[in-house]
Amino acid sequence: MSLISVLIWLPIVVAVSLGAGWLFRQTLIRLVNAPTAKFLRTAPLTASFGMLTITIYVTCAVFAPLIAPFGESEILSASFEPWAAPYILGTDNLGRDVFTRLVYGARNTVGIAFLITALAFVAGTLLGIYSALKGGIIDQVVGRLIDVLMAIPSLIFSLLMLTIFGTSVISLVLVIATIDSTRVFRLARSVALNIVQLDYIEAAKLRGESTVYLITREILPNATAPLAAEFGLRFCFVFLMISSLSFLGLGLQPPTADWGSMVRDNAELISFGDITPLIPAGAIAILTIAVNFVVDWLLHRASGLKD
Amino acid sequence: MEDPRNPMYDIASEVADKETQIKADKLQTGFLSGNISRRGFMTGALALGVSMTGASTVVEQALAATPKAGGRLKIGITGGSTSDVLDPGQILDAFNINVLMGQTRGNMTRIRPDGQIEGDLCESFEPSNGGKTWKFNVRQGVEFHNGKSMTSEDIVDSIRHHMGEESTSAAKGIVSGIKSITADGKNTVIVELNEGNADIPVALSDYHLNICPSNGDGTIDWQSGVGAGGYVLEEYDPGVRAFTTKNPNYWNTGNEAYFDEVETLGIIDPTARMSALSTGAIDCINNVPPKTASRLKQMPNVKTLISTGNKQVTLPMHCDKEPFTDPNVRNAIKHIVNRQEWLDKVLFGYGELGNDNPIGPANIYRATTDELPQREYDPELAKSLLKKAGHDGLSIKFHAADTGFAGAVDAGSLMAESAKAAGINIEVVREPNDGYWSNVWMQKAFSACYWSGRPTEDWIFSLIYASDAGWNDTNWKNAGFDKLLLEARAETDTSKRRSMYVEMQQIVHNDGGLCLPLFQSELMGYRTSVGVPDVVGNDWELDGHRCSLRWWKT
Amino acid sequence: MKNLIIMIIKRLALGVLTLFLLSLLIFLSVEALPGDLAQEILGQQATPEAVAAIRRQLGLDLPPHIRYIEWLGGMVQGDFGTSLALKRPIIDLIAPRLQNTLFLTLYTACIAVPLAIILGMMASLFRNSYFDRISNATALSAISMPEFFVGYILIYFLALSGYFPSMANITPSTPLLEKLYACFLPALTLTLVVTAHMMRMTRAAIINILALPYIEMAHLKGIKPSRIIFRHALPNALAPIVNVVALNLAYLITGVVIVEIVFVFPGLGQLMVDGVRFRDVPVVQASSLVFASAYVGLNLLADIISTATNPRLMRQK
Repeated sequence: MSLISVLIWLPIVVAVSLGAGWLFRQTLIRLVNAPTAKFLRTAPLTASFGMLTITIYVTCAVFAPLIAPFGESEILSASFEPWAAPYILGTDNLGRDVFTRLVYGARNTVGIAFLITALAFVAGTLLGIYSALKGGIIDQVVGRLIDVLMAIPSLIFSLLMLTIFGTSVISLVLVIATIDSTRVFRLARSVALNIVQLDYIEAAKLRGESTVYLITREILPNATAPLAAEFGLRFCFVFLMISSLSFLGLGLQPPTADWGSMVRDNAELISFGDITPLIPAGAIAILTIAVNFVVDWLLHRASGLKD
Repeated sequence: MEDPRNPMYDIASEVADKETQIKADKLQTGFLSGNISRRGFMTGALALGVSMTGASTVVEQALAATPKAGGRLKIGITGGSTSDVLDPGQILDAFNINVLMGQTRGNMTRIRPDGQIEGDLCESFEPSNGGKTWKFNVRQGVEFHNGKSMTSEDIVDSIRHHMGEESTSAAKGIVSGIKSITADGKNTVIVELNEGNADIPVALSDYHLNICPSNGDGTIDWQSGVGAGGYVLEEYDPGVRAFTTKNPNYWNTGNEAYFDEVETLGIIDPTARMSALSTGAIDCINNVPPKTASRLKQMPNVKTLISTGNKQVTLPMHCDKEPFTDPNVRNAIKHIVNRQEWLDKVLFGYGELGNDNPIGPANIYRATTDELPQREYDPELAKSLLKKAGHDGLSIKFHAADTGFAGAVDAGSLMAESAKAAGINIEVVREPNDGYWSNVWMQKAFSACYWSGRPTEDWIFSLIYASDAGWNDTNWKNAGFDKLLLEARAETDTSKRRSMYVEMQQIVHNDGGLCLPLFQSELMGYRTSVGVPDVVGNDWELDGHRCSLRWWKT
Repeated sequence: MKNLIIMIIKRLALGVLTLFLLSLLIFLSVEALPGDLAQEILGQQATPEAVAAIRRQLGLDLPPHIRYIEWLGGMVQGDFGTSLALKRPIIDLIAPRLQNTLFLTLYTACIAVPLAIILGMMASLFRNSYFDRISNATALSAISMPEFFVGYILIYFLALSGYFPSMANITPSTPLLEKLYACFLPALTLTLVVTAHMMRMTRAAIINILALPYIEMAHLKGIKPSRIIFRHALPNALAPIVNVVALNLAYLITGVVIVEIVFVFPGLGQLMVDGVRFRDVPVVQASSLVFASAYVGLNLLADIISTATNPRLMRQK
């Protein structure tokens, strides 16, 4: 693996991905009804590629046991078998099929990442908008507490919490969701602060609308764009957080396959030019790019800019 | 690229497949460390398919290797922490052992590369009163780095530092058998033991028991880092870096301490250690992950050093907790570990199979395979043992973290798979590395652990396996074993002693709560610009952590 | 201007409150960790008697609230306390490491901030072009790899071939130029990690402004797109950009423990992780206070800049 071969392969990979995206968009347009098709036509190739990728990942995640040729934790062979049938991507250090682990990894990693991000967004957004809406002492108290949590380096905070509460999946989800929700809170609050000053919110308040109504019907719909952009990045940071935690010896329980730990497990091989750890790392990178391409497209549409 | 400075030839480079390479490597290291004779090496090498020229080159080079003085040794080492202190009682890991025991201070005694005990700052020692009283003769003319002459007072106070109610030393258990240590004049130290112990000189070579200058009031001065070792501590940044220079007044100059300067760097990350070694930023490293050892060998100007001592992977089961109260269950667990698979996939061949017996390759009275047949992976037998214990299938939790031993979590996954055939369901619980020794080990009924092993049978048995042992991590109590332990300690007839120790090993193997699947080799790497002697100590990594004393710059 | 000063004073007061709450939270968390310094420092070999002796010696046997109040008392007088494990004043431990961490932060910031802002502006100027998409995709793939992995890849390409050292083990006496050379790889790793976030925010903030009527007006007047971005959009988009830069600088100070490990860099993060590992409460307290002050300070600075550059906010009320 030299720099030059990377440079040669890169454009080819990009061209093929965009081509696949185009095919996927055209197929979708044929399959769906007219208004949706019209909407889809506005998708640039990058976004089409994003949608294709997300579809593939979700399929993998849902149908993992059907797609994967072997069992998730099944020990099949000696360590590090080469890339040849029946092990398309070879085997790992324990002799488990890498392709199988990758497919199950989609289920575990994407599932957990989605759960964490969703939790973080529900908690962070609601609390953020609520603080902005109420202001005063509530805003101050919540704001200080969030500040305290944000001021602790997130890795150290999770190290502390996971050591105290154990490393079960539930505590992992709750700890990372807590950390993420503070970032979401900050964003949601600042966006909401701008909105609550607007006249129509004043009007709704005077009408005597309930807080729940104000948050869900008046403020939230107008704050989706920045929140969606944040969602795209936060979602992917969860993988990295899990990976970093496994660097410090925490993370998901074995033998559960997850991409973050798969990168970590064989990471040292990269410094000898062995590309084994690049496969799960690539899986994370492609998903990150795909999600953000789609988010960019939606944001662009929402912004109302014509060009 | 051939190094002009004549690096040691590697016979493994002549053979193709991985397995033979490992064998060839073991053979060469065995020969260079003196465990295999020249003739044994030649025959073995030829049998593996190595050329006559190749094998004789190694023999010639081994003879030609003679030390030279000068240069700077740069060590990249694990185990450093920003909380490290110079207090000998709180030496915790490799970084501090290497700097404090291996460079700046000495002990009363020390272990030679060939495994024998010899005098260090005490020149000689002799027992009397059935091994209950020991007389140590203080080496004459030794000066501390600050110019103070060493006397018996320094030695007495240094050992007393670890004794008594108020001592905060981790070595408290090691010196617990000492009733009193007193000075008899300036040149003699008398050690009185509670009971006879032929191995006390070995115990005194423990890495905590450094000799520091006495303050004259019963305390010692460890704060300054002054010692009587081969190198003077100049700079010390805990866990990060230590810098020492040659001690011009070292008592053994000429035979040891060849470097002008030694720089020790704490490098936690294995990739960082190997990159630094490969670029030549450092000269030697410890703790090479087995996964990458074969790749390290392909690096130009880098050699690997393998030593198999008593470092052992253990899976302690608590004999006082269900379901391990029944020896049949314990033995069933011992049979569901596929040891060969562990050796291949966790250690990548760098180790030896264990036989549920803590006495290892570096001990004298290790039971032979005739006396104690190797336990194998046998799920059917495990199943029938479980049935005998009245279990139909079993669900247990195995607690592991890589602090327990490197690769413990992976090994647990392997065990969980191989146990399925015996109807045993093992859930591997990955514990945080942080706090592993205080929260998991000795707390959970079944966990991962390692011991660096001890040079004598008595030491490791009384440390861990006696009923009242301080670190009885299996909570195993066996009266017959305890009785034999006391008898063997006082026995002076070697063959009688041997048969007692073999019997004890059989008891542990058959009844104990210890599953010991592997002995782990230490894997190290060094640049060919460093000269390494033929015989390398296997009591600790990096030549018994005395690489600064024994190695040289070519 | 008066508004600004009042805001600063108010924020500083709140900052102190934040620090106080934080010290309490950290103290309670470390207390809640299983095991204590005495056990951790003796490791596998701890005997109950030695553990008890260390506890007595260090006063760990006192009830937690008394230890906290004692620590707080020292803190108020500017005394960071003494490390339990090292028995050395904490200020001596933290100062050189903080200096290293700040050096690396500044080094990275000098590369990453201009790079991110320029790329972000160009991406918004040529939005939806291939330049936009490629720079976007590159930045995204850089942040979607774990930091240690980015570090390993850089080591493979740039260190093993001998261009740059793989270890950044600088000491206070290392000359500046050599420091810059030694720390190039960690700085580059961190640049790759933080650039994407800042770049995307810059792009988003500018595009957000571009949708506003007054930009539409400028367009209609026939002003060149690049001029619109520099003169009209950028100044108004400064607030969110400054905010995200502040957030990332804070991250560079507080969150780089993994990069420190990979490149053997003696920074503050490693000190804190070791502090946690050995339950050395004063060390953890002190380093988390340093981190938190950096966070609070940078946020305050960002708010001051965005307020000062926004005339509407300056003249409010």
